[in-house]
Amino acid sequence: MTNSSPLVDATPAPVRNAVVEVKNVTAGYVPGVNILNECSLTAYDGELIGIIGPNGAGKSTLLKSIFGLVKVREGEIRLRGDNITNLKANKLVSKGVGFVPQTNNVFPTLTIQENLEMGMYQKPKGLAERLEFVTEIFPELRKRLGQRAGSLSGGERQMVAMSRALMMGPHVLLLDEPSAGLSPVRQDEAFLRVKEINKAGVTTIMVEQNARRCLQICDRGYVLDQGRDAYTGTGRELLNDPKVIGLYLGTLGQDDE
Amino acid sequence: MIDWGAIFSNAAVELISPTTAAYALAALGLAVHFGYTGLLNFGQAGFMALGAYGYAISTLTFGFPVWASVLVGIGASVVFALILGIPTLRLRADYLAIVTIAAAEIVRLLFTTNTFQPVTGSANGLSGYKGGFADLNPIPPGTYGFGPFEYNAYDWWLRIVAWTVVILACLFTWQIMRSPWGRVIKGIREDEDAVRALGKNVYAYKMQSLILGGVFGTIAGMIFVLPRAVVPSNYQTSLTFFVYAILLLGGAATILGPVIGSMIFWVLLSFFSGFIARAVEAGWLPFMTSIQAGQLRFILVGVAIMLIVIYRPQGIFGNKKELAFVK
Amino acid sequence: MSNNIVPTAKPVKTVDMHIGEAVPGCKKKDPILVVDGVSRTFGGLKAVDVEHLEIPRGAITALIGPNGAGKTTLFNLLTGFDKPDTGSWTFEGTSIGGMAAFKVARMGQVRTFQLTKALGLLTVMDNMLLGAKAQVGENLFRAVLPFLWRQQEADNRVKALDLLARFKLDTKKDDYAASLSGGQRKLLEMARALMSDPTLVMLDEPMAGVNPALTQSLLDHILNLKAEGMSVLFVEHDMHMVRHIADWVIVMAEGKVVAEGDPHEVMRNQAVIDAYLGQHHDEDLGEDPDAEKEHVGAIKELLDDEL
Repeated sequence: MTNSSPLVDATPAPVRNAVVEVKNVTAGYVPGVNILNECSLTAYDGELIGIIGPNGAGKSTLLKSIFGLVKVREGEIRLRGDNITNLKANKLVSKGVGFVPQTNNVFPTLTIQENLEMGMYQKPKGLAERLEFVTEIFPELRKRLGQRAGSLSGGERQMVAMSRALMMGPHVLLLDEPSAGLSPVRQDEAFLRVKEINKAGVTTIMVEQNARRCLQICDRGYVLDQGRDAYTGTGRELLNDPKVIGLYLGTLGQDDE
Repeated sequence: MIDWGAIFSNAAVELISPTTAAYALAALGLAVHFGYTGLLNFGQAGFMALGAYGYAISTLTFGFPVWASVLVGIGASVVFALILGIPTLRLRADYLAIVTIAAAEIVRLLFTTNTFQPVTGSANGLSGYKGGFADLNPIPPGTYGFGPFEYNAYDWWLRIVAWTVVILACLFTWQIMRSPWGRVIKGIREDEDAVRALGKNVYAYKMQSLILGGVFGTIAGMIFVLPRAVVPSNYQTSLTFFVYAILLLGGAATILGPVIGSMIFWVLLSFFSGFIARAVEAGWLPFMTSIQAGQLRFILVGVAIMLIVIYRPQGIFGNKKELAFVK
Repeated sequence: MSNNIVPTAKPVKTVDMHIGEAVPGCKKKDPILVVDGVSRTFGGLKAVDVEHLEIPRGAITALIGPNGAGKTTLFNLLTGFDKPDTGSWTFEGTSIGGMAAFKVARMGQVRTFQLTKALGLLTVMDNMLLGAKAQVGENLFRAVLPFLWRQQEADNRVKALDLLARFKLDTKKDDYAASLSGGQRKLLEMARALMSDPTLVMLDEPMAGVNPALTQSLLDHILNLKAEGMSVLFVEHDMHMVRHIADWVIVMAEGKVVAEGDPHEVMRNQAVIDAYLGQHHDEDLGEDPDAEKEHVGAIKELLDDEL
């Protein structure tokens, strides 16, 4: 039974599957203090979602809530329809979710290869092929598999952490400030790698401090403020939104000297 | 039937006993070390032993008057602190912990060994040094007090001196912790590098704190032995852990904490040991002998320490916001 | 990526500070810090190997370079938090090579840390008071007699309040520093460093972890330091910030100084672009959707591979 008006396009919009749904989540670390206050987010299949916002807004907390590292007090989180609220992180890895933390993201006393093995320890068969695939994606690691991860620079550790998360072939990837502490050229490499991973079909959610770069590459963005999703829109929309610029992006990138 | 009256009055007298005062002072010393500065001193028993033996040996072997014996004890304490501190204070906190446990045991063993038996009395210890202190007593001989708090002149003199020392130490500590010196100390507890970057000589402050807390421990050792004999087996590592229990119970970085903690500790310990002993006699606990019952109270201390650290690490008077050892 | 929001007034740059060509190790007309032959090796890796370096007085100098280039190590060496294997340097003409960190700080050279060291268990005011120099009350014996230090403490409190007001932290003076946000803690660390009236302020990644909107006010504070006659040396990755306020830029790579000069010159230097800035540093990464494809195939294979 249709009430179609001639002005409405008759082709139905493509059905988008929601891969990650965060619904009105309240969470925090210390009892009594909530960092997230009824925060919501949706990531559809194959999207690259960026999360930006000021310090203390809850960006990392949101990511950790999805990954089961922070207790969700109210609200729910779903993965392709399944309720995963407060599900432990190791269970999420077997469900195909990968996580790249910001700090302490490699085991410094283990070699690069051992770090990558740790990424797969739930299902260690097929390690050799996996290593092949991963070193194709990150050829810089190929010659250095025996090097201790503790002797790597920040950017190199970042690479190892990302590869380790990829070892299980996740279909959802969560990244916490992948560009943090990196020099400009390494930051750009990190962002481009994230773009490639997303292009290969991985639904990606990344939290970023470098708001401009993040919004340049993401499909949709969320701006968090005081634990709430204050603004949302496509990456471009947010980049050019004067409210967002004034409050978060700052004007520094704009002056041409 | 169980003599509740005796149990309660025995427990009540612990409130002002000189042993309680000694432990309170030793705990105050640890408050300076651990609570305020973050120094992991696990050798407070060693400082106490130096006070006890320093006083007793000076009096017995060298015939020193009271004030000189006290100074010898304090002098030994300062030297001990320097020996501990010079190698370790530039290193990680854990090193001080290991070194202090070892050093305290070495001190105890030196006092136990037969080699120095003529001076230290080795395992039997020393006695007969109270004369000088008793001679200073202005109170005329007699019995004073009421109810369970009835003592002779010497016992009252001892209690008055002991608690006066504790009060003076508390006032001194309270004053310095409120001062800029105390502020630097609290900064060091949290982050030494930040304090260095502000131009403070962190090593010197840590050494001062180690010496100060150690001197408190040493004077506590002297107070401890005035109502009893000097016996080396009293100064094992378990003594340090009891003092820590008191400190954590009261609040590690507080002034009142060590004092009230000590009072509560000794009252409860006495109550439990009295209760369990009489319960065993009355047949309430048929599966235990009196000797075992005597040991039970120490198990209770251990359990109490664990519970405090897990559920209320700031103790009774502590401020959770200022807790440096809980992340 | 255009918009019509006008940034705040452009800062006045100090120029013409160097003598001769702008090459690595060039002399400055009025250097506050002169570094000679400093090297530091960590387990076979030469972390710092600087032949000669001069930091100009009264200017804002930026130290940039990739991770592992030795910037923080150099900072640690110059401020006494690490001992060099070789080398010497002078500050205001006095040799301070090998001097302990607290003594260096007392000489007027203060630093902040990459991971902020605001003392969270102390109040904001206590943090500030800790920063003051030559406090009588910090001596153990004088501490017991308050009348000896009461007045000085009151004076320091007034100075602290004034600085806190400038950094907009005065309302938080009695709060524990742990309750401040990350950006506020950075400001507190900077304000605290100013309590001792330093001559050289060394900032290790002052923008790291700071919300972009706070960046402008932080930059204004740094420009203020220069206006008040202090010299500033800072390590940063944010090139917009560097371009905006730095008078001089020093580029390090693999432990050595590889370039020096005015910000614009340095950022156009090809070697610097290759090693550090990257080809895309002024571009919009999202503009070309087909730009990066190189590894997409390999990633797809990995994902399709059934375990």
